[in-house]
Amino acid sequence: MTRILKSREILLFGIIAILVAGFSSRAPGFAEPKNLAGIFNDTSILIILALGQMAVILTKSIDLSVAANLAFTGMAVAMLNAAHPDLPLAVLIIIALGIGAILGAINGLLVWKLGIPPIVVTLGTLTIYRGMAFVLSGGSWVNAHQMTPVFLNTPRTLFLGLPILGWTAVAIVIIVYIMMNRTFFGRALYASGGNPTAAIYAGIDVGRTRFFAFVLSGALAGLCGYLWVSRYAVAYVDIAAGFELDSIAATVIGGVSTLGGIGSVIGTVLGALFLGVIKNALPVIDISPFWQMAISGAVIILAVIFNARAEKRRGRIILRDKAAKTYQEATA
Amino acid sequence: MNTAVQTPIREPAPPAPLLEMRGISKSFPGVRALDQVDIKLYPGTVTALIGENGAGKSTLVKILTGIYQPDEGEILVDGKPVTFATAQDATNHGVTAIHQETVLFDELSVAENIYLGHAPKTRFGLVDWKALNARSLALLHSLETTVDVRAKLKELSIAQRHLVAIARALSVDARIVIMDEPTAALSRKEVDDLFQIIERLKNQGKAILFISHKFDEVYEIAQNYAVFRDGRAVGHGALRDANQNEIVRLMVGRSVDKAFPKVDVALGETVLKVTNYAHLTEFRDISFELRRGEILGLYGLVGAGRSEFCQSLFGVTRPSDGSLTLEGREITIRSPRDAIAHGIVYVPEERGRHGTVAQMPIFQNISLPSLAKTSRAGFLRSAEEFALARRYAERFDLRAAALSVPVGTLSGGNQQKVVIGKWLATSPKVIILDEPTKGIDIGSKAAVHAFISELAAEGLSIIMVSSELPEILGMSDRVLVMREGLPAGLFDRQSLDAETLVRAATGNA
Repeated sequence: MTRILKSREILLFGIIAILVAGFSSRAPGFAEPKNLAGIFNDTSILIILALGQMAVILTKSIDLSVAANLAFTGMAVAMLNAAHPDLPLAVLIIIALGIGAILGAINGLLVWKLGIPPIVVTLGTLTIYRGMAFVLSGGSWVNAHQMTPVFLNTPRTLFLGLPILGWTAVAIVIIVYIMMNRTFFGRALYASGGNPTAAIYAGIDVGRTRFFAFVLSGALAGLCGYLWVSRYAVAYVDIAAGFELDSIAATVIGGVSTLGGIGSVIGTVLGALFLGVIKNALPVIDISPFWQMAISGAVIILAVIFNARAEKRRGRIILRDKAAKTYQEATA
Repeated sequence: MNTAVQTPIREPAPPAPLLEMRGISKSFPGVRALDQVDIKLYPGTVTALIGENGAGKSTLVKILTGIYQPDEGEILVDGKPVTFATAQDATNHGVTAIHQETVLFDELSVAENIYLGHAPKTRFGLVDWKALNARSLALLHSLETTVDVRAKLKELSIAQRHLVAIARALSVDARIVIMDEPTAALSRKEVDDLFQIIERLKNQGKAILFISHKFDEVYEIAQNYAVFRDGRAVGHGALRDANQNEIVRLMVGRSVDKAFPKVDVALGETVLKVTNYAHLTEFRDISFELRRGEILGLYGLVGAGRSEFCQSLFGVTRPSDGSLTLEGREITIRSPRDAIAHGIVYVPEERGRHGTVAQMPIFQNISLPSLAKTSRAGFLRSAEEFALARRYAERFDLRAAALSVPVGTLSGGNQQKVVIGKWLATSPKVIILDEPTKGIDIGSKAAVHAFISELAAEGLSIIMVSSELPEILGMSDRVLVMREGLPAGLFDRQSLDAETLVRAATGNA
């Protein structure tokens, strides 16, 4: 399996490389490091959101409320910044993570304690959180001139050629990678989605694991709330509308199984980057943004077909000679 | 309709059999499921088919309903030979079966459920709702019940659903009705209602084959019996001429006592003491002590509450009452994690489905229940994890390309090794094995039994849930029998014999 995933990740990386090469033949400068860093920076928020989404999907759930969570949290910290310019940025970020985590915890509790299907819960909270953003702001905007320079500029500060926003994504990727592969919680995520019954018998609290997956997804969405508002220098009710679908698309393209239990951090990051490259390249080579949506959609379907085939191919090895062959391959 | 049998025939002795099976044999690869079986079903008579799990009852039912074809022998209906090449053939000859768990549809109406697949049609080919409802009503009337035929099935009680299942079976002009453990999920009151219906069917002249484990029910409702053992019909006759002991003897035979002997192990001190364990709805008053190196067999009919008890011992469900002492200290188990931490593990019955996470690598599966022990502050320690996995893979001679391949790619036997390995890797004190040899061929069974003995010799205490008498008799130091959620006796190895256990489990003392 690691093999299929690895080859899949290499494949995805290859496709992205080919895309970049292709685009740069049409638009000189596309493949320059500076532009690539720009694309990565542009995709940072999607990467962070998709990693939270991945944790949730691994447990056979889905979080449709991430973009609404982002909008509410973004609005909240923007208003807080406007009202209390002297609050340090670190405090605002902690508040953003906290609000996001609480909204995620609400999803998690409804799923865990009341046993409501995640898709229904988060479809409900999607509307509620957006509504809350409206109630909080009264429908008005928070504009750049109301925000403090530190609030606005920190994510844009360049460090070694990449803005802090991009570095934040790098840090989150590393943290989530360690969490997925080196902690009990990460293993519990895979086990709970892979075979919930077996996980229960192995002493894993599946409901609780799922709850914390939602909390993680919520906290990351909250962080993205701040990042989004500061990046676009404006907060209003409809920011990131529909962005939850991008986060799901990134995970699916990256090879995360919607049935749970399968997926990797690297794959998800590549899935997000793939979408980022397309989003950035199409305007450069004069393709309408509407095509962009169609292309993203087609790629998602292709990725799902690919996933289904990869999962189907794994049969049991019963034939003796096949077993010997795989053994040789593995030892070679 | 069958006018010939409209008048009730009350005396079962003289009439010709409605259905007869002669010399029926059926083999599956490696198993002779039925061997030269004869059985006769008479109109207006209930014949009880009795036998242990695996005696061949289900195979017989499947042959009678056209799902399996016999290898040899013939089936006669009204004295004329017939073949049931398909389920439809069997239905056309008036054979119908009501299964343990009849498939009904919650969202459809009673009438739709009864006539699903053969609903009356109008001349345009659409469902004739009037006829559908009228016929369903007539059918339910013939069972002397009043259920709204337009009600959705989900609105009905369990007993009413059962009626619908029976009506569905009768909707095809059935003359021969097979009931495969129809009382398994029913309360006493519902059983009484069912028996009234069977009485009515009997009076309508139908031949009924009633399959049950429960002797009191058999004596209450049936006139004739047929006993199967290991695929053979070992006895039949009128129930009024046979007492229960004779039937029990026929059922268990004499050959089972010395199979699968457990290796003698000197029993150590008491490890686990269970006192008055109870659950609100599933079981009550379970008490026993388990010593080091001991195998406690847990015997009972399917649905006696054995697995439910074990699951609550393991923390999957919470007991409502009772206490637990492990090595002299009182403990409470709130979750499987607690149980594992205390050294109590549970190897579930369906090891294929509940045992492993198929997509996960072998080493992660083996270490899964031990992670709480091998991880530190929530962080996994891969070196230890791998060492643990390698130790148990070697111990069980696990054949795999590498420990990092997913368990799902292994053969069934090797997956079983992973399951056993992952539980032993937790270094348990008490291991609960739920039907350890279910669905395993004879050769592998012996290996599993030898292995269980080995574990006991190493000082593990074992609770072995099993429905197979030979296994229970051969392996257990003591046997706790459960019946309908209550303890029905605790027997020492010296006083163990098949008849005593079956009597305790079926409830005739």
